[in-house]
Amino acid sequence: MTRFVKQFAGALLLVLLALAHPATAQDLLPPAPYAYKQLEDPALEAKAQALMETLRCLKCQSQAISDSDAPMAGDMRHQVRTRIAAGEEPEAIRTWLVERYGDYVSYAPQNKPIMWPLFAAPLFILVMAALLLRGRFRRDPKDTGK
Amino acid sequence: MSEATAKRSSLAIWLPLALFGAFFVLVIWGLVRPADREVASAFIGKPLPQFALEAAAQDRPGLSTADFKTGKPKLLNVFASWCVPCAIEAPQMDALAKRGVEIHGVAIRDRSEDVARFLATNGNPFTRIGKDDVSEVQVGIGSSGVPETFVIDGKGVIRYQHIGEIRPEDVDLILRKLAEAGQ
Repeated sequence: MTRFVKQFAGALLLVLLALAHPATAQDLLPPAPYAYKQLEDPALEAKAQALMETLRCLKCQSQAISDSDAPMAGDMRHQVRTRIAAGEEPEAIRTWLVERYGDYVSYAPQNKPIMWPLFAAPLFILVMAALLLRGRFRRDPKDTGK
Repeated sequence: MSEATAKRSSLAIWLPLALFGAFFVLVIWGLVRPADREVASAFIGKPLPQFALEAAAQDRPGLSTADFKTGKPKLLNVFASWCVPCAIEAPQMDALAKRGVEIHGVAIRDRSEDVARFLATNGNPFTRIGKDDVSEVQVGIGSSGVPETFVIDGKGVIRYQHIGEIRPEDVDLILRKLAEAGQ
């Protein structure tokens, strides 16, 4: 029985390894200069890092460009760092990217009407809970406490 | 408890099950019809950014924004030698070039020798090919992968984006979009 389990686990591992092989081809070019190199000025690098953590990698869409080793994410980090080094403000760079890819590229929540239900939901739930509790705690007029 | 409230609460008892059912349907819906993962460019209708790329192949010149402002609509094809679907769309690109469509290529993160090998194997429909080593033009026009093909009008304004390889059935659509851009 245990041998069967071991064999099965081994086969499963092989299948998973085969599936894990990257399906997309990769380029052979070295990464962009500022893909993995920090800016010399720590203050500017901190600014760039904070921004990169809130920008979506378009190749690996659940990651930020700061987390991803996709070549395109590296190129986007290069883009962000060179722009920060040139004196651009992080929010200007975000706007520049949103102009090209839409809101999807940014993880930072925006103050747009479509977001209102999200912000209103907790308030709505609190009000509903208060009303419900009020009903529960209110004394029954027929109940004289005896 | 009056009769009316009793009736109401007997209905309310089904509410959690109904909510669960709705949630279940939502999950199944998401499983059978996964979301679209393509990111469309938000830059359609806007002029190409300023760029000047070096030549990616020996027998074709490099590419700059000015090459699109000649009064005639053209295609901008974002490709790479390491991209498998790019080879799949090559026959369609050749067919478009044979029908008189001018196609400019942007080779993403590619080495000249690899581009040369790719063109020798798959044919060369390009008039010019620029070398985009840091995905500068790709990000500049809101493209998020290879291959992608953009219709650019004679003034250098992006008019249409085709995501993924151009299949035989897409050729007519591309020709129509080019004609629209020429009006």
